[in-house]
Amino acid sequence: MTTLFTSDHEWLRIEGDVATIGVTDYAQSQLGDVVFVELPKVGRALKKAEAAAVVESVKAASDVYAPISGEVIEVNEALAAEPALVNSDAGGKAWFFKLKIADKSELGGLMDEAAYAKHTA
Amino acid sequence: MLASDKSSLKRTPLHGLHVARGGKMVPFAGYEMPVQFPAGVLKEHLHTRSAAGLFDVSHMGQLTLRAKSGRVEDAALALERLVPQDIVAVAPQRQRYAQFTNGNGGILDDLMVANFGDHLFLVVNAACKAEDEAHLRAHLSDTCIIDSLPDRALIALQGPKAESALAKLCADVTTMRFMDTGPRKVAGFDCFVSRSGYTGEDGFEISVPAEQAEALVTQLLDNPDVLPIGLGARDSLRLEAGLCLYGHDLDTTTTPVEGALEWSVQKSRRSGGARAGGFPGAEKILSQFEKGASRRRVGLRAQGRAPVREGAQLFADTASSEPIGKVTSGGFGPTLNAPIAMGYLPTALAANGTQVFAEVRGQRLPLQVAAMPFVPNTYKR
Repeated sequence: MTTLFTSDHEWLRIEGDVATIGVTDYAQSQLGDVVFVELPKVGRALKKAEAAAVVESVKAASDVYAPISGEVIEVNEALAAEPALVNSDAGGKAWFFKLKIADKSELGGLMDEAAYAKHTA
Repeated sequence: MLASDKSSLKRTPLHGLHVARGGKMVPFAGYEMPVQFPAGVLKEHLHTRSAAGLFDVSHMGQLTLRAKSGRVEDAALALERLVPQDIVAVAPQRQRYAQFTNGNGGILDDLMVANFGDHLFLVVNAACKAEDEAHLRAHLSDTCIIDSLPDRALIALQGPKAESALAKLCADVTTMRFMDTGPRKVAGFDCFVSRSGYTGEDGFEISVPAEQAEALVTQLLDNPDVLPIGLGARDSLRLEAGLCLYGHDLDTTTTPVEGALEWSVQKSRRSGGARAGGFPGAEKILSQFEKGASRRRVGLRAQGRAPVREGAQLFADTASSEPIGKVTSGGFGPTLNAPIAMGYLPTALAANGTQVFAEVRGQRLPLQVAAMPFVPNTYKR
């Protein structure tokens, strides 16, 4: 299992040909108190960099982009019911959706944990 | 925002205190202001509703208006040439909400006008203060002396524990009621205190000499009931209270009638009143009082959980392509734990309970026209 990161502050946990995607703890600290999360529909084919989900704090709405292309195979309904999970457990319980990876070569452009730490330093 | 841009921003006398307390500083109306503190917008909002919140509003403009005659009535009569409110009737040590209007009946700014016995004290919005001062000078310099007070800070202390917190530093604030105002010694400093605010809560606004602002605020924040609050929660609090934000819910294209501010225009300035008209845009505004306006500011409650933000277009149904109005303020109401918004709709669709739709990310979300304030106010009348 590998965890990768995007410069837009998403994380991807890669298990076989499935990527679980969420936003980083750094992202949640910048967003503030999350009050609403909109998730993509299961079955939707996402292209890399396409707006896939929305996360809203009291003040503002932010898009979550698909870090890679793929089909949405599962979404975290618990997160839609309890958006504050993004603040309390961004890297764990607050996963957004799972993608069936369309093209593994797209993973090459993503950061590992050390590179992401540098990016947010 | 680039660092070079930030350096051109002005700072309030409380800037150092905000930074020391972990305030996240952002540009707002030409100032570097705290949008939130480490507690975060949600907790700051709820703390203000349950205890007391302290806000730095020193970026707002403070002005005095004195008649050359020395009579406050003359200053009041002069100001009535620029606002549709009855200023003459504002008793000493009382204040009133007002708007500067333009020739089309639109609103140039909204403001508070206080009678300080021998002169008027005005508080105007930060983004408009230079224009407001120029407007006053251009129209009232014949009979009045206008002074701005840039050497004074302004703080707001709001919430159910605001009175007890302020009373520790100024005993006689407990006898003040909503919209009472006047000079008070607070912690020994020469302040102007009014029982008013922008949250819907009981509370006070305190004008204090700039060099004493930090000492005063430090004493207030020593009280565990009092937390510093940023602009983020200030906005969600005023939205729950149904209060307008100038430049968003009111602007030069909205009249006081369209803005649902009829309550703020006293009978004496309306048709048939003792001093009817005589303010910019009177013809249009007074005609709207009689015949109604074609659109109206309303409150909106979402049926779902998705916040509907400023700028979202409003539609009569899910299919029509022509928008019927627009959201002018919108977000999440932490006290209600639900999305709330205000916006403009055709008057025919402005009745409470009417269903309309907002377009958000390509979807039409159902909203209902709802009474404001969304959260009942707790003013001490």
